[in-house]
Amino acid sequence: MEEAVKAPVPEQEEYVINMGPQHPSTHGVLRLVVSLRGETVRNVEPHIGYIHRGIEKMCESITYPQIIHLTDRMDYLSAHINNEAVCLAVENALGIEVSDRVKVVRTILSELTRIQSHQLFWATFGMDLGGLTCFFYGLRDREMILDIFEETCGGRMIVSYNCPGGLMNDIHPNFQKRTKEFISYFRKTLPEYDRLLTGNVIFQERLKNIGVVNREQAIAWGLTGPVGRASGFSCDVRKHNPYSAYDRVTFKEILYDEGDSFHRYKVRMDEMWESMNIIEQLIDNIPAGSYAEKMKPVIKLPEGEYYQSVETARGELGVYIVSDGNKNPYRVKFRSPNFVHLAPLNLMSQGSKIADLVAINGSLDLIIPDIDR
Amino acid sequence: MEKTQLAALAATLAPDAQVVQGKQFVEITLLPTELYTVAEKLKNHSDTALDMLVSITGMDYGSELGTVYHLRSTVHNHMIVLKTRVSDRENPEIDSLCGLWPAAEFHEREAFDLLGIRFRNHPDLRRLFLDSTWGYPLRKDYKDDINILAK
Amino acid sequence: MEFSIYDFSSFTAWIDSSLRASMSPGWAVAIEMILIGIAILTFYAIVGLFLVYAERKVCALMQNRLGPNRVGPGGMFQTVADLVKLLFVELVPIKNADRALFNLAPFVVIIASFMAIGAIPFAKGLHAVDLNIGVFYLMAISSMGVIGVLLAGWASNNKYSLIGAMRSGAQIVSYELSVGLALVTMVVLAGTMQLSEIIEGQRWGWFIFKGHIPAVIAFVIYIISGTAETNRGPFDLAEAESELTAGYHTEYSGIKFAFFFLAEYINMFIVAAIAATIFFGGWMPLHVFGWDGFNAVMDFIPPIVWFLTKTFFIVFLMMWLKWTFPRLRIDQLLTLEWKYLLPINIFNLLLMAFLVLTGLHW
Repeated sequence: MEEAVKAPVPEQEEYVINMGPQHPSTHGVLRLVVSLRGETVRNVEPHIGYIHRGIEKMCESITYPQIIHLTDRMDYLSAHINNEAVCLAVENALGIEVSDRVKVVRTILSELTRIQSHQLFWATFGMDLGGLTCFFYGLRDREMILDIFEETCGGRMIVSYNCPGGLMNDIHPNFQKRTKEFISYFRKTLPEYDRLLTGNVIFQERLKNIGVVNREQAIAWGLTGPVGRASGFSCDVRKHNPYSAYDRVTFKEILYDEGDSFHRYKVRMDEMWESMNIIEQLIDNIPAGSYAEKMKPVIKLPEGEYYQSVETARGELGVYIVSDGNKNPYRVKFRSPNFVHLAPLNLMSQGSKIADLVAINGSLDLIIPDIDR
Repeated sequence: MEKTQLAALAATLAPDAQVVQGKQFVEITLLPTELYTVAEKLKNHSDTALDMLVSITGMDYGSELGTVYHLRSTVHNHMIVLKTRVSDRENPEIDSLCGLWPAAEFHEREAFDLLGIRFRNHPDLRRLFLDSTWGYPLRKDYKDDINILAK
Repeated sequence: MEFSIYDFSSFTAWIDSSLRASMSPGWAVAIEMILIGIAILTFYAIVGLFLVYAERKVCALMQNRLGPNRVGPGGMFQTVADLVKLLFVELVPIKNADRALFNLAPFVVIIASFMAIGAIPFAKGLHAVDLNIGVFYLMAISSMGVIGVLLAGWASNNKYSLIGAMRSGAQIVSYELSVGLALVTMVVLAGTMQLSEIIEGQRWGWFIFKGHIPAVIAFVIYIISGTAETNRGPFDLAEAESELTAGYHTEYSGIKFAFFFLAEYINMFIVAAIAATIFFGGWMPLHVFGWDGFNAVMDFIPPIVWFLTKTFFIVFLMMWLKWTFPRLRIDQLLTLEWKYLLPINIFNLLLMAFLVLTGLHW
């Protein structure tokens, strides 16, 4: 079977530039074929698949606990939250209720994951726009969270700490102390980030009114996470369909109306404050209990279909498992937020300049392995 | 909206379809010919108001291919699942929903790429991840001697 | 025959007289020119090496890390190592490129900066060419550098280089206007374009203090425009790595790339040197009228040290700006110049003229 409709042919006077798979600011192996007229962008066509590993196909031949290790590698900056999604899907399908301790620890680790993902976003976003110093400051602070992960979970970025039924191991005795130290340190450091970048006139001029998406477009294109919330679309899964311990903490959902790149950035900065609030509400009272429920050695889900959505740092991750009663799932589909966010890139960058394309791409905060799976 | 009410409403809007109340969501199984019309009705009706397409999953049922649509209403905060199947494995064709939800564009390209399902009226149906000489990996009868160990 | 570090004119007079004694005047002048050329070349190389090393250390300071510290004590020989590596890099010949222009472009850029260095007074008596139109000459010569940039972009036969060169060219030509007007403002205060006279006029107070408000405004505008002129700092869109085009020097490798790289740092030095001369007194120490003891202490420090300290302080300021701010987009850059800096400049010029006429300067 040959391909359907070919790609659109550029008009005369347009020339085509390739932001190749290796590029300092595409955050991964993303190839953008940009048609330009002068300095203005006419068409952006993403070519993906450079890191397509066939995760969904692989899931059809492995067991449910083994899927956890593949989910780490999709959106690797929200590794813990991806793990949590699959675990929750399996636990809800089997009707297992995990202990409070597990729920609280999962929530704390999810929020720490969110903070470190946004720190990396801040670091690379500043670097893309030319403020190279931001890269070092952001990563320096992120190291503190990665040290906490390493001590408790065994891995810095690829954690694989969740398993169906609970956690792989109990938390390290230093976990609470280190997390509290980090929170008190970061509360003092985060205003520095604002002083360096957010309040900077050059930065604001580069981002305001660039790549505007209004609320109807956000819903029609399925944009969730900080991208959707910056356009006024209230889509936080933690609020609408709470899971783990989110129903017992109070936090604000950050919403802005303008929908431009600057507000996508602002949403993430404000979310870091909210995440710290959530952690502070939970860190002192981690309930005692077991860290994992007793599960059968071979997990078989009853026949049927199960859908679970969680809020990763980038948006709503949906896990759709179709089971036929065996120990391997029949089909697993990951509805990844980045895959959906890449689609309107063309729409957002119509009429902007090349430099704005880099800004828009950065503000969407795409992780390419999550797109390709 | 309550699941039972939703199921009843869906049954009235899609009289030929099979409406089931699943464990989580209301599931409607349709014929490919009525997919577009039912989806449009469900989108525009004020009580269902499915304005967001969450995901499109391509499925291989063994003898048939199909797609599963997860649709959400941001107004009422409920989700409905649409399912459809095509029995022709050589030339499977389903109507594209890009006219209703622009988000469908990439999802349908992915289903085309990995399963071979063609979508009519899709604005730009090309392969997404793989090149044009690759087969359709997500199909159950896909053979790859190098990368996949057949049991 | 005493040579003094405070006044190099005795040293230069000695060289001149000994040359004239042993050969005909024509030959003496020729040999002197060769000596000056060699001196400037050496200076160029040493300052270039030092500036590259300084940039990396300053950058590291801003980014909370150490910078080069392995090669040599404190990493001093890092730049030498980089230079040696660049000499070994293969010079990739470009297909269908204009060979003559391609090879000429780096030299044009270097020659423009050479000629500018020749006119800068380093210390009393250490001044290669003291033209009576010094400021005018400097502005004219630094404009020649843009020819090299455009040649490089065109001759590379690469659309990315061409875009980068066009952007650079537009940027440099626009900001020359601001640089020129800022310098003209100070010429109005000084009353002369000859650099040695300007320095002499700052004996009892540097111009930035003498001219207070308009001089400070002119200095700020000059620093902004000077940074933009040299494609540095927040104005380096044309050669930014994270943008689409790698700039006009994409196709250059090895020693030719080293020329462009070096020329950028020397241009930064020249901009800083001109600022030091015109705003901060050049080699003139800080004197306060009436404080003889203080003046004697200030005079004890050799003028060459004064000059280099002022220049390197301004260089540090420019580096600081680069590592703090994000980049401006090309249209924002040009808007800044034409809609903001130019009107402010013209207003400032009028203000300075008013100041001089009414004698309100110190």
